[in-house]
Amino acid sequence: MTGRTIRIGAGAGFSGDRIEPALELVEHGALDYLAFECLAERTIALAQAARRVDPAVGFDPLLESRMRAVLPAARSRGVKIVTNMGAANPLGAARLVTRIARALGLHGVRIAAVLGDDVLDIVRSDRFPLVDRAGTSRDIEPGMVSANAYLGAEGIVAALAGQADVVITGRVGDPALFLGPLIHGFGWAMDDWDRLGRGTVVGHLLECAGQVTGGYFADPGVKDVPGLARLGFPFADVREDGTAVLGKVAGSGGCLSVATCKEQLLYEILDPAAYLQADVVADFRTVAFEQLGADRVAVRGGTGRARPDTLKVSIGYEDGFVGEGQISYAGPGAVARGRLALAIVEERLRLTGVPVTDLRTELIGVDSIDRTGRQAGTEPREVRARVAGRAPTRAAAERIGAEVEALYTNGPFGGGGAVAAVRDVLAVASTLIDRTRVSPSVHYEVA
Amino acid sequence: MILRDIAHLRTGDKGDISQIAIFVHAAEDYELLVRCVTAERIVAHFADLPIRAIRRYELPGIGALNFVLEGALRGGVTRSLALDAHGKTLGAQLLDLVIDPF
Repeated sequence: MTGRTIRIGAGAGFSGDRIEPALELVEHGALDYLAFECLAERTIALAQAARRVDPAVGFDPLLESRMRAVLPAARSRGVKIVTNMGAANPLGAARLVTRIARALGLHGVRIAAVLGDDVLDIVRSDRFPLVDRAGTSRDIEPGMVSANAYLGAEGIVAALAGQADVVITGRVGDPALFLGPLIHGFGWAMDDWDRLGRGTVVGHLLECAGQVTGGYFADPGVKDVPGLARLGFPFADVREDGTAVLGKVAGSGGCLSVATCKEQLLYEILDPAAYLQADVVADFRTVAFEQLGADRVAVRGGTGRARPDTLKVSIGYEDGFVGEGQISYAGPGAVARGRLALAIVEERLRLTGVPVTDLRTELIGVDSIDRTGRQAGTEPREVRARVAGRAPTRAAAERIGAEVEALYTNGPFGGGGAVAAVRDVLAVASTLIDRTRVSPSVHYEVA
Repeated sequence: MILRDIAHLRTGDKGDISQIAIFVHAAEDYELLVRCVTAERIVAHFADLPIRAIRRYELPGIGALNFVLEGALRGGVTRSLALDAHGKTLGAQLLDLVIDPF
């Protein structure tokens, strides 16, 4: 490879992801940047709910563990860190990382918080049409706990230009965590749509970390993946024109192939010709891969068009409670006893007037996840009856699991391993906001 | 022959949309994939899935079809009562779809 490249690694693909592969990348990956993507659709809503209980939290629960693990090595090797682990409280997260850096003796580390994604006040004060269903934001206003715009790379670029060593954001488009360092490092123009499109391809390939290096891929005998228990995370060597070579640390587990890259390219993509991001509308139709060697894949192609005038906003809102219960049956007749158990619970909930809506009854091992409606050829040796239902109050939701547990002594013979659970539902709806109403800003802390 | 003999796939989700991308192992099987794996057959295969609308995108450059199944996740991962709220297991259920080479 000729010309200057930027090497950027992926340190996490979701909030609970493993930490060792990130440390492995920092220590042995010769990185310029390490990005941690930790925000699923609902994570900010959950974080905002946590922050309402304790104003000092609201960021990723693993922020401290991750930073303690990677900061010393990142500091000594000059690896810059970019992450959306700020969730609902990027400023609080930046202050925590500052304290961690000081405690580790890493004085002078510059930590930036990118703010401005929180648009709850704007959404609350107006009527925004929802994009994924009928109605407006007003309909869900009573239970609304969060509203966050998907920012682009702008704030990250500004923070890096401001000499930040660690950049912590709230909601940004996942690829922006990778696009930001590329824009900063190569000086790409914010209207160089093709480069931004190709950078988005790279970011999208990396954002789920282990999903491009053999995670979510293995199918024994058909698609075998070595060393999954030591799965390594990917990095990309990106060139100024936006083409890249993906790799991973030698000796780490997993595999990086044209097949793993193709699967990840289309993961969670709807129209491949129009992948909508805050910075660009990326077009994946011309992307091509080439295996250059063991665990080395070249990525070429991809284009872009002008960015949209609106930003996507995720609104988190409270939406009642879900109660659930499960109990197992085994041996000959297990299916029939499981069905009887489900019928009893349904009737009990009706007889006792529990205000349950959307009740779902199923047998795990028979028809809980299979959606083809086909019958298995042979009867399973064991089944697990599952009942889940929605209720307006916690007390009503608790009744569902309680009726399942009551099957021990009141239901069919041989029921075992009953469990009951209730969760409060934090649902997510989407809307769009004019980008002129959202203005990212950067706040710095120095350890 | 079944789909698993010629292709691999990955499943994703966005709201209450399930997305299944299918990739041929060998480029020469792409025509067969395009001919045999139609939106109508996917809907028929998932008899118990509340699919509101389905779209198929063709990506011949990487030998792929991308299916977008609207409504498949019953309100989406945040509200769903389903055991597999993300629908991550859906794609694998397509692997025994019969592929007729003639």
